[in-house]
This record gives sequence, C-alpha cells and structure tokens, in this order.
Amino acid sequence: MADAHPTPVPFRGGGFRPVRVRGVGIAVFVVLVALAEWGTRTGFISSLTLPRPSDVGATLIDLARSGMLWTHLVPSLTRLAVGSVLGVSAGIGVGVLIGLFSLIRAGLIPLVAALFPIPKIALLPLFVIWFGIDEGSKYALIALGTFTPTVVATYGAVDNVDRTLIRMGQSFGLRWWSIVRKIVLPGALPGILSGLRISVAIGIILLVAAEMLGAEYGIGAYILQAGALYDLERLFAGVVILSALGVATSAAIGWAERRLLAWRS
Amino acid sequence: MDLTLTDLSHRYGPLQVLDGVSLDIEHGRILCIVGPSGCGKSTLLRMIGGLERPSGGAVLQTGAVPAGCLNPLTFIFQDFALLPWRSVSGNVSLVLEDHGLNAQQKTEIIDDVLARTKLSEFREALPRQLSGGMKQRVAIARALAVNPAVMLMDEPLSALDAQTRELLMDDLVALWTRTPFTAVYVTHNLTEAVRLGHRIVVLSRRPGRIREIVEIDMPLADRRAGDPVLEAHQAHLWQLMRDEAVAADMELLNG
Repeated sequence: MADAHPTPVPFRGGGFRPVRVRGVGIAVFVVLVALAEWGTRTGFISSLTLPRPSDVGATLIDLARSGMLWTHLVPSLTRLAVGSVLGVSAGIGVGVLIGLFSLIRAGLIPLVAALFPIPKIALLPLFVIWFGIDEGSKYALIALGTFTPTVVATYGAVDNVDRTLIRMGQSFGLRWWSIVRKIVLPGALPGILSGLRISVAIGIILLVAAEMLGAEYGIGAYILQAGALYDLERLFAGVVILSALGVATSAAIGWAERRLLAWRS
Repeated sequence: MDLTLTDLSHRYGPLQVLDGVSLDIEHGRILCIVGPSGCGKSTLLRMIGGLERPSGGAVLQTGAVPAGCLNPLTFIFQDFALLPWRSVSGNVSLVLEDHGLNAQQKTEIIDDVLARTKLSEFREALPRQLSGGMKQRVAIARALAVNPAVMLMDEPLSALDAQTRELLMDDLVALWTRTPFTAVYVTHNLTEAVRLGHRIVVLSRRPGRIREIVEIDMPLADRRAGDPVLEAHQAHLWQLMRDEAVAADMELLNG
C-alpha cells in the first residue's frame, strides 16, 4: 500500500437483524393522530373527510358512559369467541389428521384448497337458510372463516415436526398415541399458534361482515348505522374498537406463546 | 439376548447400499462399525434396531430379554433427539411412561440414571440450557433408563467438539466397566473405534460389505490416548479404509 500509515479495518458487518426498539410504534401512532387533530382544527383537512380525533374520543367516552358500548361489545365478543373456538378447534383437529394420515391428507387437502379462497361473506345468505337468521349463521360464518387457515397452518406445523424426534419415540417403543400427544402436538404448537393469529384476525373481519348483514347489536351493526347516517365520529369510534380488539387478541396470543413456548431458545 | 445378522442387504431404489452382511453381536461387548461415509453403516444400525426394513436377509434375536428390560434395542442418536420442551428428568421420564410404572418406580430409575451420568444437579434444566456433551449424557441416561439388552449408538460423539468427545469416551468406558453392556457403536472416527471397541468391523464403501473384523483384547479401562498398541490398530484400520475413503469421496452422491 502506498500509505504506510495504519488505518483500522472498516466495519462491514451489522444490519439485517431486527432489533427491538421500544416506543417507536406508539410514537408513530401519536404523530398520526396529532397530525389529524391539527389538520381538522386548522381546516387543512375538511371535517367531511376525517373526523377530529378528539371528537372520536369523546364519542367513545359517551358510548362507554351510556352503557351502549357493552350492549354492542358483548354480543360481538360472544360471536367471535363461539365462532372461532368452533372453527379453530375443528381446524386443529382436521389439520392434525391431515398431518398424520396419508389417506386423509390425499382426500382433504384439495377440499381445503377449494374452500380457502371462497369469500365466506358470499356464503352468508346460504348460512342464513341453513342455520337461521339469528346467531347460528354468524357462528357458522366465523367458524368456517377461521377453520381453513387453521387447517393449513396446523398440517404445515405437523409436517415440520422434527422427524428425528419421532424416530426416537418409535425406537423407544412409545405407543402411537404417546408419540402424537407428547412429540407431535408439542412440536407443532409454535406453528399452530402463529396460524392462530391469522385465523383470529380473519374471524374479526367476518364478525363485522356478519353483523352488517343482519344484527341489531354488535360493533358491525353500530358501524353500519353510523355509516348510513354519515356519522363519521361514531364510524371511527367503531373502527377504533375493532383495532383495539385486534391488538388485544394478538397480545393474548403473544402471551400464550411466551408461556407455552418458553422452551424455545 | 443375542443378535445375529444373516446376509443382510439393502437397496434404496436402484442403489445398493449394503450387500451380504453377516455378523454376530456378542453379549456384554462393544462392537464398532467403521467405514467411509455413505457405506451404509447408519442404515445397518437402523435395521438392527428395527427402524428400517432390510431388502434381503434378516436380523435375528435369540434368547430371553434380561429381567427389568423395558426396551431391548435402544438407540443413542448423533443429534441427541431430546424433546426441547421437556426438562432433563422429563426427557428420561418420557421413555418410562408407557410401561405402567408407578411414580415411585419412575423416580427411582430417573434418580439412578441421572446419578450414573452425573446429571443429578441438572434435573430441571431444559435442553437449550445444556452444552452438547451434557445433552448427549442426557440421551445416554435416557437409554440406560430402559435397561436395554443392546445399545445401538449412531455416531454418538460426532456432533461434539474434540475435548468433550474425549470426556464422554471416558464416561462411556466408566459406565461399561461398572456394568458391562452390549453395544453396537457406529462411527467414522477411528480413535473412538479403537478406544471403545472390543471388536471393530470395517465396511467397504458402497455397497457396504464386511472387509475385515479386528479384535482388540486390551481391557477398555486400560486404553489411553496415544497407547502404541492402539495406535498400531488405528494405523491398520486407516490403511484399510484410506483407499475406500478416497474412492468414496470422488463418487457423485446418488450417482
């Protein structure tokens, strides 16, 4: 080298690895809301385009004070819980069967692939005939919507269970049911739980769709009424509740993951 | 219980991996199987343990299974095969749970094997907290728990670093000296073979056939690294394997 002066070797590593940065998520959210508030107050954003965030907040508080929040939230949560418990448990069951038995796999994977892309909302009129206009059709819609993604996630997770662990179980003469219960199911749990995030999000979307098509109470019905009256504050209040619901379920699954999958490094 | 392999052969589709292997596995001794990579030694072991069906020939067992034996043919795997969601004692307990033992019997067995493998302090540790050597000791403890008639060890030390391997070899020798067990030990490492094998079977490259069987009379406990007799055996084995290994190395995989 022409230059005899020693220089440190330039650093070329680093990056390409997500690091946990606290507070940024909330900061982005706060900035966006503050921007909307400032825009609507100064008239930069017309009140027909976007409601003032503080008004949306006031609407939410009114809703909670009058007790109407619970009148709408309780039926919605019940529908979501019943529908997704039905869909997710059936989905895990069928997914495990597909993962374990070649015959069932051959028979059901094409069926699941055919069911998956159907917009489930399109089937609502049919469900109303099958299960009645009341809760039955709403449960069925949410159950079917959460069923297919759960099946796909579950059999994928079962396929990905470390085969050497299953060989080990067989080599020690473990019973078939023991291998399934103690090796396959715990090994598939990480994949099943991450599938659950998607399933529950789909469940919330379908919940609102079902309530828009025929319900007196429920977040979906509330949003539909607000939209019909062009009441943007109430519409956005409903949307905020849905977002909160999504964040809450995601946090609940995250909590379950931390508890059940503490063995992962 | 004794095992006899008669004219064992195996093919994966058109690919012949084992050809006419006949062998007696003697009670209370360690039989090492060495050979170049891809010679079918692990396949042979899996067939002995009933995890794979041979295309020809048979593995025959004669005589009664020893008393208190829960799983006559027991594997120790190269990658440990521990359940990551179970603690050390949970992993040992796994293989006892299907045998109708009561809680006290299970605890006694677990305490005993963990003491023999020097793991008593780590009962509640999870596999991710353990070093490679410790993980393999857990796998050895698990194998001892079912009191096997024959231990089938598939390159048990190959995933470990050289120092750990040395320590674990000492542990295995100590375990065998205390209570001699029957084992088939597959390895590509000739040092391990001459330290642990009473009899060493050299397989040729694919299709694997028995090239030679070497007997080493020296007691396991007297064998030390660098012992001239062992070095001579090792040099002899390497001579046998060298050409095969070179040829095997030049072959295309699945060619």
